[in-house]
Amino acid sequence: MRVSVKVNGRLYENEVEGRTLLVHYLRGVLGLTGTNIGCDTSSCGACTVLMDGESVKSCTVLAVQADGAEITTIEGMAQPDGSLHPIQKAFWDNHGLQCGYCTPGMVMATASLLKENPHPSEEEVRMGLEGNLCRCTGYHNIVKSVLAAAATMDGQTEAVRS
Amino acid sequence: MTVTEQSTNTVLGQRLVRKEDPALLSGEAQFVHDIQLPGALYMAIVRSPYAHARIRSIDLSRALASPGVVAAFTGSDLQGEWAQPMPCAWPVTKDMRNPAHYPLAVDQVCYVGDAVAVVLATSNALAQDAREAVEVDYEELEAVVDLEDAASDRVVIHPELSTNISYVWELSPDKEAVDRAFSSAAHIVSERYVQQRLIASAMEPRGVLAVPHPFGGEYTLYSATQIPHILRVMLGVTLGIPESKLRVVAPAVGGGFGSKLNVYAEELLAMALARRIRRPIRWHEERSEGALSTVQGRGMIQNIELAADADGKVTAVRVSLLADMGAYLQLVTPGVPLLGGFLYHGVYDVPAYSFKCTGVFTTKTPTDAYRGAGRPEATYAIERAMDALARKVGVDPVEIRRRNYIPSDKFPYSSAAGLVFDSGNYSNALDKALSLVGYDELRAEQARRRSSSSTKHLGIGISSYVEMCGLAPSRVLASLDYSAGGWESATVRVLPTGKVQVVTGTSPHGQGHETSWSMIVAEKLGVSFDDVEVLHSDTAVSPNGMDTYGSRSLSVGGTAVWLASERVLDKARAIAAHQLEVAEEDLEFKDGSFAVRGTPDRSMPLAAVAFEAFTAHNLPDGMEPTLEASVTWDPPNFTFPFGTHIAVVEVDEETGKVQLLRYIAVDDCGNQINPLIVEGQLEGGIAQGAAQALWEEAVYDDRGNLLTTTFADYLVPSAAELPSMEMASTVTPSPTNPLGVKGVGEAGTIGSTPAVMNAVVDALSHIGVSNLDMPASPQRVWQAIAAARSGSGSEGRM
Repeated sequence: MRVSVKVNGRLYENEVEGRTLLVHYLRGVLGLTGTNIGCDTSSCGACTVLMDGESVKSCTVLAVQADGAEITTIEGMAQPDGSLHPIQKAFWDNHGLQCGYCTPGMVMATASLLKENPHPSEEEVRMGLEGNLCRCTGYHNIVKSVLAAAATMDGQTEAVRS
Repeated sequence: MTVTEQSTNTVLGQRLVRKEDPALLSGEAQFVHDIQLPGALYMAIVRSPYAHARIRSIDLSRALASPGVVAAFTGSDLQGEWAQPMPCAWPVTKDMRNPAHYPLAVDQVCYVGDAVAVVLATSNALAQDAREAVEVDYEELEAVVDLEDAASDRVVIHPELSTNISYVWELSPDKEAVDRAFSSAAHIVSERYVQQRLIASAMEPRGVLAVPHPFGGEYTLYSATQIPHILRVMLGVTLGIPESKLRVVAPAVGGGFGSKLNVYAEELLAMALARRIRRPIRWHEERSEGALSTVQGRGMIQNIELAADADGKVTAVRVSLLADMGAYLQLVTPGVPLLGGFLYHGVYDVPAYSFKCTGVFTTKTPTDAYRGAGRPEATYAIERAMDALARKVGVDPVEIRRRNYIPSDKFPYSSAAGLVFDSGNYSNALDKALSLVGYDELRAEQARRRSSSSTKHLGIGISSYVEMCGLAPSRVLASLDYSAGGWESATVRVLPTGKVQVVTGTSPHGQGHETSWSMIVAEKLGVSFDDVEVLHSDTAVSPNGMDTYGSRSLSVGGTAVWLASERVLDKARAIAAHQLEVAEEDLEFKDGSFAVRGTPDRSMPLAAVAFEAFTAHNLPDGMEPTLEASVTWDPPNFTFPFGTHIAVVEVDEETGKVQLLRYIAVDDCGNQINPLIVEGQLEGGIAQGAAQALWEEAVYDDRGNLLTTTFADYLVPSAAELPSMEMASTVTPSPTNPLGVKGVGEAGTIGSTPAVMNAVVDALSHIGVSNLDMPASPQRVWQAIAAARSGSGSEGRM
């Protein structure tokens, strides 16, 4: 089957098997291996990407379901000059990652969370990231990272407004 | 970099952000699964659906005819590939029974998930399709799931051994002293605890990619492993390939926690098939497959007895364990319980000690190291038993601990179990934790709730822990019959341009060694943190190493880096003195430069020295060119980090639900190289330990089926279940290494499980609940409360 998907701002058209999951399409066909696979039951969130701005677990979406959609993966978060997105920077500054395997999914889930709720409380961050598992950090520094990213992005929005 | 200004002697102790992170944050880091290699075949493994069965026949014909399939093999097809069975490196007793274990079972399967056949195809999906087409005819035998049932030999799993007992290991330096203490005790506590099996659940599943190189007979294995160096030795031995022809690479590795500290069937199969087919072979574990095929942790029944005098001063500890080996012995399976065997008296000054462990086979996935490996189990038992003793004596859990701590003036402390604890100040950490948590106010709040009709009970749980880590002095390992040493190596190389390369034998998978080792070198050589590059986890680059586990990397590997830097500096000083035509004693090294004392304008930066060492135009007579040094460090002792953790929980009597409200941790790992990393290690460890107490359990049914193969059933906590942690530290340097550091990778897990369980029991003690097994799930807690309320005892075991 034919899919036409815009990924990180670039349009791709490919022939795929109907059963191909979006995550396998991104990794195997497009070579975007930043999106990781951590389970086979849509429980861990490692494969989270943005589909038309909303976070989805790319292992629960068929590639053909993404036909016509805009996808953002972790590779699309930094600026073209390589400077990190404020969420990525906040994770770096706050030691919000250790092995880094859950991190791309965690960053994408955070992007979606902060879009829906730019000023989350700690409780809201914890509930909002419930679908993303991390085995290294105990979430302590992930929560800190998300709150720090919210503060930075809020400041940037204010700056743009003024 | 967050911290930009650095000069000599100020780098250590800073909260530098990690240099590993940009690659991980941008998706550029390469895990095994991310490595693209044309022409690779995908391996799918056919696994037994039975816990115990004889293999009557295997029919591969339909699989071989499936689309994309290149080859398929049974265990007997591949039996000629193995020079030896799979390795167990820790024969803990001379008469330990160890059944021959091959990557594919031949006649008999012994756990659900035991591999029986492999299929190779041109894509992962096609390999999985073909796997379904393999037909295996089994004759089902009886499963052996329960540990005590296994020990009874009612059903013998491996007939050639004629028993399910693998070994009995005892540590009883003075049995009579223990007996005397018990016969004259005013109080005796006798407890039985169950350590449920756990699934490590590193977020990256395992994966391998075996690559044969043309003509030379050489191979590269990429594996999601903690132990590329040990693996290389074991691959050579098991496959009969000269070790010199093997290269093992652990690329970015997504967590391990002990589960990637092994030599796995899939690694051996991929290598053997790469040799046979002459094509690259790759395999990527599925999560639910990994629940079966990756070693599990814990799994034991613990009997612990304390003898105490009338004041609650413990006079003896006697421990007997039944430890679940699972179906076979993996790399260090039998040794794991023994790593805790020296520590069942915990932080307490106990004069008489006796420990015995019986290792038994069951028809379940093999057990092996899981974060803490033996020490969490020991700490759990003694810390719960100390609470039981406090209840018996009628004193507060804090008071019973104070009465029994090893006094701070007794270090180095020679324990009755035969260890020498390097340094400690246990009451210091306790005091700090009590003050942080507001202990007295919490007890008052607890009393208020108890006197009201509240059904939400407050529990406060204390755990004071010590652990032995930094594996390990090689001679001590010899005395424990371990088959390898415990040293670590490092090379520090100042390149002609003044940039520095560090080669380490440790193999990080989340611990941040690139950052910490760079800090150590920057401190010693006065170079910029950013000018240090750390090379690791590739046996072609770093040929000598003992890898990463047992909270060893900093205290052993980091020390090697420190000492190698020192040696580099010694050579540089000799070159600088020669160049500047002064005696070495007349030079002072500061801010990365050698200056003549009293004539500071006569100086030579380290980079200039490195260039002189490179050109070798004018070196002292007899000196070898280049500026680099290698050190292999064998530690004189373990390190003994310690601390006190306090958990505050709320238990809802009506639902049995436990909510972790607060978590306070005061840890002492000696000097801290990078507190940001130290705290991160502890926080993650605490979450894992708390998860054992409250949520996680590998559940088997009576037929040996694992029921918890997904994250929907095996409850790895999310952010929503955990509170933010309140972290603090004390600093008692270790005298066993020049950095004064102790390991910290496992301490959080070791301290937290008993703190949380003691809090749950404390919340319900006024109802009469005194015993409860893990995980303290709503169902189990509710049943314990119901049993206590109805007066039918408080066992709560189910």
